[in-house]
Amino acid sequence: MSGSGNSLRIYLSRDAAAVAVGADDVAMALLAAARARGVELDLVRTGSRGMLWLEPLVEVATPSGRIAYGPVTVADVASLLDAALGDGHHPLRHGATAEMAWLKRQTRFTFARCGVIDPRSIDDYRAHGGFKGLETALALGADAIVEEVAKSGLRGRGGAGFPTGIKWRTVAQAKAAQKYIVCNADEGDSGTFADRMIMEGDPFILIEGMTIAGLAVGATKGFIYIRSEYPHAIAAMTAAVVAARRGGVLGGSVGGSSHAFDIEVRTGAGAYVCGEETSLLESLEGRRGQVRAKPPLPAHHGLFGQPTVINNVLSFAAVPFILEEGAKAYADVGMGRSRGTMPIQLAGNVRHGGLFETAFGVTLGELVDDIGGGTASGRAVRAVQVGGPLGAYFPQALFDTPFDYEAFAARDGLIGHGGIVVFDDRVDMAHQARFAMEFCSLESCGKCTPCRIGSTRGVETLDRIRAGIDPAGNVALLRDLCATMKFGSLCALGGFTPYPVMSALKYFPEDFGPAAARLQAAE
Amino acid sequence: MDFHDDEGGANRPSYEPWSEARAGEIIAELRSLDGATLPILHALQESFGYVPEDAVPLIAAALNLSRAEVHGVVTFYHDFRREPAGRHVLKICSAEACQAMGCQDLAARAERALGIAMGETSRDGQVTLEPVYCLGLCAVAPSAMIDGRMVGRLDETRLDALVAEVRR
Repeated sequence: MSGSGNSLRIYLSRDAAAVAVGADDVAMALLAAARARGVELDLVRTGSRGMLWLEPLVEVATPSGRIAYGPVTVADVASLLDAALGDGHHPLRHGATAEMAWLKRQTRFTFARCGVIDPRSIDDYRAHGGFKGLETALALGADAIVEEVAKSGLRGRGGAGFPTGIKWRTVAQAKAAQKYIVCNADEGDSGTFADRMIMEGDPFILIEGMTIAGLAVGATKGFIYIRSEYPHAIAAMTAAVVAARRGGVLGGSVGGSSHAFDIEVRTGAGAYVCGEETSLLESLEGRRGQVRAKPPLPAHHGLFGQPTVINNVLSFAAVPFILEEGAKAYADVGMGRSRGTMPIQLAGNVRHGGLFETAFGVTLGELVDDIGGGTASGRAVRAVQVGGPLGAYFPQALFDTPFDYEAFAARDGLIGHGGIVVFDDRVDMAHQARFAMEFCSLESCGKCTPCRIGSTRGVETLDRIRAGIDPAGNVALLRDLCATMKFGSLCALGGFTPYPVMSALKYFPEDFGPAAARLQAAE
Repeated sequence: MDFHDDEGGANRPSYEPWSEARAGEIIAELRSLDGATLPILHALQESFGYVPEDAVPLIAAALNLSRAEVHGVVTFYHDFRREPAGRHVLKICSAEACQAMGCQDLAARAERALGIAMGETSRDGQVTLEPVYCLGLCAVAPSAMIDGRMVGRLDETRLDALVAEVRR
């Protein structure tokens, strides 16, 4: 159990990002090295702690807690194991994981168990406080659950920030023989991976949150729609659903009650627009993922025409804490109308990339410079894109912006799903603006003209600007086009593409000219 | 202990040749699901490596849809292939976080090394090179996926090793 004697317990992530940088190879090497030393190794594969620059992160259980080593390569395994069996000293040692500054600074409500437990073990989930929210929910009953969620101030974590309690109340009050809970796990924004980490590192929290939603609104069936680019998450969620059924959480009698609720995992097929809730519903119904005009809202007329709660992974995953600890405990942290915590994802050209869950209100500059440690390349930060491919690019001058839905909106930006992508001074912002338009044209569902045609014309217009053809006239045309897309599109894909484009133009105008002029400006 | 057991598909699956009877079995097994079209298309592609044109009327008949509707679904989604892919599929993430870490140069290097452009299959059928928009590995960017296996912190050395792997 500890670092002494002939047995050792080691924790190592099986999160896709950890595996992508060699965690499985490290696992094999650990097992082989332990065998060679006659040590009985209990290797627990967890989710990730979110310190992705340290992955593969090896944690050795000792009487004084888990000790972290990372990033570990296969070549480090022999010396690391010797250190673990000896006095613990090693160049890759970071001390007790729980005491690491990066983790200690966080307020982990949703990710409390991620990286700590074995995501495949329902017993481990229970042993770490799992299903307490569900027990409370069963005792409270439907109306009180909805009130608790409403009082917590929880807002949709998918981007729009709509109050979750209001959505749930609408479905609860709708009259229908069948209602549905749909989890939008189509996290397609570059720079975001919080959903993936939860599904791979703590899948039962999502099952618990969806089940509570089912009790709250009277739905008996749930779907989790996971993007196909996440094969590890699909495998982890599928296994967890089977385990939850076997454990009596899902099925005809939720937790021994008279309520029925079951979940089915579905796989997307590589269409970004299916992250838009009505497109996702169309896709679940077996059609092209084309946006539906609203109203009617999915709360009234959702999946298969029935009242449907559709929320993001992080929204459902926040619910067990709210039920267990009470709405007040959640609402007590945050800023303004942005209550609770936000799992922020630091990505791109950043020294300390990973997941950082914290109360709303921390500034963008603190996140990038202080927590993220600046760029990975060591060069100056030039731009950060917040909120995915449809989010605005902010320059350093806006680093005082607090992470808060309204504060970002006031500066023509959006928080979206909490992803921050850092770029250094080599970035060409006209190229990034063009990419945003091109991405929109590739991914447009085609239903509305501003998005379908506007994005293609946007690419062409940006090409003319970059070629130096009538720059003033074409910039004016680009502004006009963006206004049309923003106000005329049916959904956020066309409607938000102007954010990255216009912010790039506003804050980095020197990049919008012929290539030669840009080079001169840079010198 | 096998870590490649069920996640990510570390080894490339081998596909069956197209068979109408086999396709019929797959469709019959899944047709009762609510909104069965996507699960059926995924299952067909898993078995045959792509969704053959001949499958479209079978799905349409089973789900009481028109052929045009099924065709519309197959062509809407990026995942569904209408032709078999190469023996290996190398996907390079081309989204913003990977762009911030230089994925464009790596993509160009892969194109040069393999002699094909993004979205193409080599003439010998050995490899298909494709962009992918976000594997969720944004904090270990740039990233790639080779035959379902995830690769993070991609650089020229690691990319060259992947190119050598798909050429074998």
